[in-house]
Order: sequence, then C-alpha cells, then structure tokens
Amino acid sequence: MTSAPRSAPITLEAVTAGRWRIALSLTIAMMVVYFGFILLVAFNKPLLGRLIVPGLSVGVLLGALVIVAAWVLTWIYVRWANTHYDAQLRGLRR
Amino acid sequence: MTGGSEPNVVAIGFFLGFIALSLGITVWASRRTRTADQFYTAGGDVTALQNGLALAGDFMSAASFLGIAGLVALSGFDGLIYSVGWLVGWPVVMFLIAEPLRNLGRYTFADVVAARLRQVPVRMASAVGSLAVIAFYLIAQMVGAGNLIRLLFGLPYEVAVVIVGVVMLAYVLFGGMTATTWVQIVKAVLLLGGATVLALLVLAQFSFNPLALFAEATRQYGDGVLSPGRLVSDPVDAISLGLALMLGTAGLPHILMRFYTVPDAKTARTSVGYATACIGFFYLLTFILGFGAMVLIGRQQITAVDAGGNMAAPLLAAAVGGTAFFGFISAVAFATILAVVAGLTLSGAATLSHDLWVNVVRKGHPNSSEELVVARAATVALAVVSIVLGILFKGQNVAYMVGLAFAIAASANFPVLVLSIFWSRLTTAGAQASTIVGTVSALVLIWLSPAIQIDVLKHEAAWFPLRNPGIVTIPLAFAVAIVVSWLRPVPEEARAFHALERQIHLGVE
Repeated sequence: MTSAPRSAPITLEAVTAGRWRIALSLTIAMMVVYFGFILLVAFNKPLLGRLIVPGLSVGVLLGALVIVAAWVLTWIYVRWANTHYDAQLRGLRR
Repeated sequence: MTGGSEPNVVAIGFFLGFIALSLGITVWASRRTRTADQFYTAGGDVTALQNGLALAGDFMSAASFLGIAGLVALSGFDGLIYSVGWLVGWPVVMFLIAEPLRNLGRYTFADVVAARLRQVPVRMASAVGSLAVIAFYLIAQMVGAGNLIRLLFGLPYEVAVVIVGVVMLAYVLFGGMTATTWVQIVKAVLLLGGATVLALLVLAQFSFNPLALFAEATRQYGDGVLSPGRLVSDPVDAISLGLALMLGTAGLPHILMRFYTVPDAKTARTSVGYATACIGFFYLLTFILGFGAMVLIGRQQITAVDAGGNMAAPLLAAAVGGTAFFGFISAVAFATILAVVAGLTLSGAATLSHDLWVNVVRKGHPNSSEELVVARAATVALAVVSIVLGILFKGQNVAYMVGLAFAIAASANFPVLVLSIFWSRLTTAGAQASTIVGTVSALVLIWLSPAIQIDVLKHEAAWFPLRNPGIVTIPLAFAVAIVVSWLRPVPEEARAFHALERQIHLGVE
C-alpha cells in the first residue's frame, strides 16, 4: 500500500469545530424528525389516521420510522466518529 | 390466578430465583469493591456491550414496560407517542454528551461542570439539581413498585416497598457499581428476552404478520385505534413534554454516571450505540405487546384487573404462555424496578459523598478511605428515605413524577452540562444561577400546573396551563446561564476552558 499524501497538520480548533458541527446538525435532525411527528399528531390527525393498507395507518408507520430515524442518525454519528474523528484524534496525539 | 390478590407460586419462584442470583452477584462484587473508585465506577473496565446493556437496564423502567404496553392496549396509537418519545433522548446523549463527559469527569457529571469553574458553588448547585431529579424518580419507582408487587404477588404495599428498598440497599452498599452494573445487565437481558418471546407468541397467532394483528384490532375496536385520539389535545403541552423527554435523558445523573464505568470515550460511544439499538427495539416491541393485549385480552378485562392498564403485559403473558410465563414476566417486571432504583441510589450516593462531602466539605482533600465510608453511609440514608417516601406517597398518582424528573433534568442539568462542554465563556456564576433557576422554576411551575392543582389538589383551575414545564424552563435555564456569564465575564475561566479543550477530545493523556 502506498502511503497517502500527508495533509496539513490537524489543529485542535479544526477538530473542535468539526465535532461541534456534526453534533449540532445531527441533534437538529433528530429534533426535526421527532417534533415534526408530534406536530403532525397535533395538527393533522386525519392524515395520520389514513390507512395505507389494512392494519397500517400513516401514524403507526411514521411512529416506527421515528425510532428507525433515531437508529440511523446514531449509526451515522458512530460511522463518522470511528473513521474521521478517531483519525483526527490520532493526528492530534502525534 | 392471573394478577388477582392470590400470590402466584411460579411468579414468586422466579422472583426468589432472581433475588438469589443478584445477591450472589453482589457477594462476588463486594470482593471487588474496596476503593471509592471501584464503588463508583466498577474499576472502569466495563466493556462497551456490557455498558450498553446496563444503560438500557438503567433506563427501561417498569413504567415503560407495563405502563406503555397498557397505554397502547387502552388507547391504541396515542400510547405509541410515548414509545417514540422515550427513545429520542438517546441520540442526543450520543451526539452532545457521552464522549466529552467521559473525557472530563471521574464519578459524577458535576466533575465536568466543575472542571474549570470554582468547585464549591458549582458542586453545591449541581447537587441540588441531581438530588431533585433522583428524589422524584425514586418516589415514582417506589410507588410503582409497591402497586405492581401488590398486583403481581398479592403482597401488601408497604411490605413490597420495604423489600425493594432493602434488596436494592444490599446491591449498592456491598457491591457498589459492579453489582449494580451486573444487576442491570441481567435485567436488560431478561426484559429484552422476555418481551421478545412474548411478542413472538402473540405474532404466532397472526402468522407472524404485525399488520394482521393491527387489522384485527381495527376490526374489534374500529379504525380509531390506529389514529391520534385525545392524548395530544394541546400541541404546546405535547412539545413541552417532548422537549423534557428528549433533553432530560441527557441530564439524568444515574445515566450519566454509567459513562465513567468504561475505559475510554470510544468505548462510551460504542456503548450508547448498543443502548440505543436495545431501547429502540424494546419500544418497537411495545407496539406488538400493546395491540396484542388489546386484541387477545380485551380492554374490559384489562381495566377490570387494573384501571390504569398496568397489567396488560402480564395478562397477555398468561394468555399466550400460561401461568409459568406469567410468573416469569412478573419476576422480570420486578427485576426491572430493582435495577433502576439501584442505579438511582448509587448516583445519589455519589452526589452526596463525591460532590458535597469530598469537594465541598473537605475542599477536595478527603482523609484516605473516608470517601468510601461516606458513600456507603449516604447509600443507607438514601435507601431509608426512599422507603419512607414510597410509603408516604402511597395511593398518589405518580405518573406526572417521572415527567417531572425529566423536566428538572432537562432544565437544571442539561443546559449547564452542554454549555460547559461547548461554550468557553460560561462562568461559575452563570452555571450556578442556571442550575438553581432551572430546578426552582421546574418545581414551581409543576406545582402550579393542572397535574397538581386540578388532579391532586382538586382545585377548579391551575395558574400555569401546561402539564409539563419544559418549554418554558429549558430555554429559561439556557438564557440565565448565557446572560449571567455575559454580564460578568471571567477571563481566567475562559482561559481554563482553552487549557481543557484537548482533554475534551482526548481525555486525560
């Protein structure tokens, strides 16, 4: 394996800013998904009560999807941290 | 036989089996609990999977297993709103808190806030916030335990509360965090396994198709069970509760303390991943359990046994798995309560001994081995207090108390914790004022809310319109921290933040 070209040294400020950006955007994404669901429950009950197929309403599907969204966002964070963030931390330690 | 006042022999057999197993764990753990560090953190060598399961065991209370299954059985879709709400705080814990917390602290979350601010005022304020959360959470669990054990085993309420208090005391006092962790792991495995088997037994009657189960529910009770009902009548209140659940999870002292049991931040990260997977899976199962009870037991029979619907899941277990399975699920519900109260008591003991005794009274220089003695004395005191409060609050509707505990956690602890990690200009006065204002405003507004004024005191009207104060008190606590810190900046505290910035990412090197 050929060695990858050395990038510029990683600064603490850059690591902090990057982590802050990811943390904040994923938190906002989770809030949008969850409070979007709550607002639909509050303001559009007929839509959530509509049946897609017998036994499955839009509301039940969206409720399950909020849980799936929490999983997906968590998975995105862990993937980002295990690859980018950990690599940056190795750079900082050097 | 199922859930009446007659003690169920199989249930008591499983229950005694669990007690024997957990006390065995405690005896083993007590030999590994000789220092304050081992008492608070189990020596810090818990693995990611172990801590993930223990976090799930610390968080999934009897309220979520029995309460939500009952709520779904009785009100259909409206119950699902709760299933979803209890999970969404976990990604926030992951994104904002878990790793910096592990890197900056040792035993309590106040370690993080106090890392660059003046110890005494910050620790005292944090202790007020922590103890308020722990007190309300403990009362809710103890009262729930008393009622539940009366229903499941036919024991008198007071006897049940004393049993829970004494067994929990044994775990924490002798086994510290090691015993607490393993009790939580065993409970999480039993709860996840038991709920999975129960859901599979239900689905077996619907050719393993959840939609066939839901369709049967609409056939029996109308399409309304799959659509929003009356629960969310006030959107502002729904958002207020949602904010408290989402941000409060990241301010619960007993959850935050678990991150000190793992060796490093990367393990903390992985453990939250496991916890989120387990907890989300569990709440998805409550969809099946709730609708299963609705269809296979029937609403009338569920409310005949317990008006609140708390017996829906155990009754369902009896219907699809027989008396032995009913006994198993009952014992799992009991184990669930024990694991949660043990975690709460341990975090309360850490607040009293580590934050108040060592860092306030002794100014950070305790006599050798004194910290462990104080922590154990605090454990005994907390166990006595929780038994007394559990008996005093007998017969009270405590459903609002868990919501209140989350509201205080989200208002008193979460803003200061986030700001101390991400904002260099937070000052001691700002942190202190924010915690106090967050705690007091949450307590006062709950007192003035319909949950107390109308439901408990039977007054005509309430001063404050919302049942959960989060939408007011969380922004208020953030605003107080920011305004107070801005009005009187402390340059040396901001410089101390920059000195710590490396540690936030890399831990103690």
